Amino acid sequence: MKIMTCPVNGPRAISEFAYGGEIRPMPDPATCSDDAWADYVFNRNGSPGVKREWWCHTPSNTWFVAERDTARDVIVRTYLYAGDN
Amino acid sequence: MPWRLLRFALSDKHPEPRMFTRHDALKPAYDVVIIGGGGHGLAAAYYLARDHGITNVCVLEKGYLGGGNTGRNTTIIRSNYLTPEGVKFYDESVRLWQDLSTDFDLNLFYSNRGHFTLAHTDAALRTSRWRAEVNKHFGIESEVVGPEVVKQAAPMIDLSCGGHAPILGALYHAPGAVARHDAVAWGYGRGADLRGVEIHQRTEVLGIDVAGGKVTGVRTNRGNISTGKVLCAVAGSTPRVLDMVGIRSPIYIHPLQAMVSEPVKPWLDPILVSGSLHVYISQSARGELVMGASLDPYEVQSTRSTFDFPEGLSSHMLDMFPFLSNVKVMRQWAGMADMTPDFAPIMGRTPVEGFYLDGGWGTWGFKATPVCGKTMSYTVAHDRNHDLITGFTLDRFRNFELTGEKGAASVGH
Repeated sequence: MKIMTCPVNGPRAISEFAYGGEIRPMPDPATCSDDAWADYVFNRNGSPGVKREWWCHTPSNTWFVAERDTARDVIVRTYLYAGDN
Repeated sequence: MPWRLLRFALSDKHPEPRMFTRHDALKPAYDVVIIGGGGHGLAAAYYLARDHGITNVCVLEKGYLGGGNTGRNTTIIRSNYLTPEGVKFYDESVRLWQDLSTDFDLNLFYSNRGHFTLAHTDAALRTSRWRAEVNKHFGIESEVVGPEVVKQAAPMIDLSCGGHAPILGALYHAPGAVARHDAVAWGYGRGADLRGVEIHQRTEVLGIDVAGGKVTGVRTNRGNISTGKVLCAVAGSTPRVLDMVGIRSPIYIHPLQAMVSEPVKPWLDPILVSGSLHVYISQSARGELVMGASLDPYEVQSTRSTFDFPEGLSSHMLDMFPFLSNVKVMRQWAGMADMTPDFAPIMGRTPVEGFYLDGGWGTWGFKATPVCGKTMSYTVAHDRNHDLITGFTLDRFRNFELTGEKGAASVGH
């Protein structure tokens, strides 16, 4: 069983976690063009690499950030979200 | 001992012609370059040469022929989809499948079994009725049947599924079939090869040259090629190839795993699929049970397997067939699935002139191999999308016109 570290609850089995997709900045729907909105809604960065992703530890409902190498399926580090800066 | 074998043993040279011609070097230019030597790429090459007379074509394959998702799927062929676009498209594919062995003079072990999509809930039964009506409208054999028909076709099944997911009925699709997947790639490859197409294995594409919005060439680990037309048919690596030409797409990659049991006596004739239990199963000609489940729950671009997979799948298998508890799992593997938001493929022309895409084939690509070859070869030859694929173009996302095939994904992904 693969182990992921929840920043609040420590190392847990991966089956306790839900994947929330890559962290992507959302354009303002009120001002952006239809093309920019469609790009945000549908398009993804599907190539392998180390990505910043949303993950949730489901028993405690803790959302956090995981940096993960999607080519090798290796979790680099996990931490609580503290804004995009 | 056959006489031929003795002759081979005593001769330095292999007197039998090889299945494929070996080409030592790439030519400097081709009319069409196809990236990906799986079923889809080789089928496109075959129909380009056979139906459109374009033979100055090369197929570039990073690994070996049919070593990607063509050789990793569970070989199910069916056409009982949900959207009119999907139903028409897959129905044409099933028709092509039925004549393919004769076409190739190669036995594909095409075996018509009948296909049951089991419904364990009222909601699943409703979707089954909806699919049956859409299918019948297009003249496809598809009907909703009761649990007794399932029991008759697969007498070993526990209709209550361990008591927690009783089978209420099923969508039955008589033309459902299985075929030998490697042979499909070899058949198309040999057919293309005989007509002059060059197949280059262990040739990796490193980049695609685009000038003024048009494709001009392909760079590989064995040299550069100049060409005006490139077809991308690389399941699981589509985003990487799209990055080379600067096209953004909704495709994301999740592994899809499968496994087979040790061979056992024939006991299961039909193909069974259960969305609620995340199981699909058929028995191969060799007696192995070929089993699959749903996608892995998160993005990975590799073909690694996990232990959780056979553990979970076996538990669901035992809900349906408790008598299998002593049967061993022989091997497991994974393929990389190009997923799309609407569970329909992405095919046809792209914003880059001369770059054609046959991707987004997620978990439903094997059954479409012949029709993809047919429609993509037409699209490449005429630089115009074939009528059957107009619902699958990349710009449907920008226009917010999705195709909505999710209800027909065989297992709830």
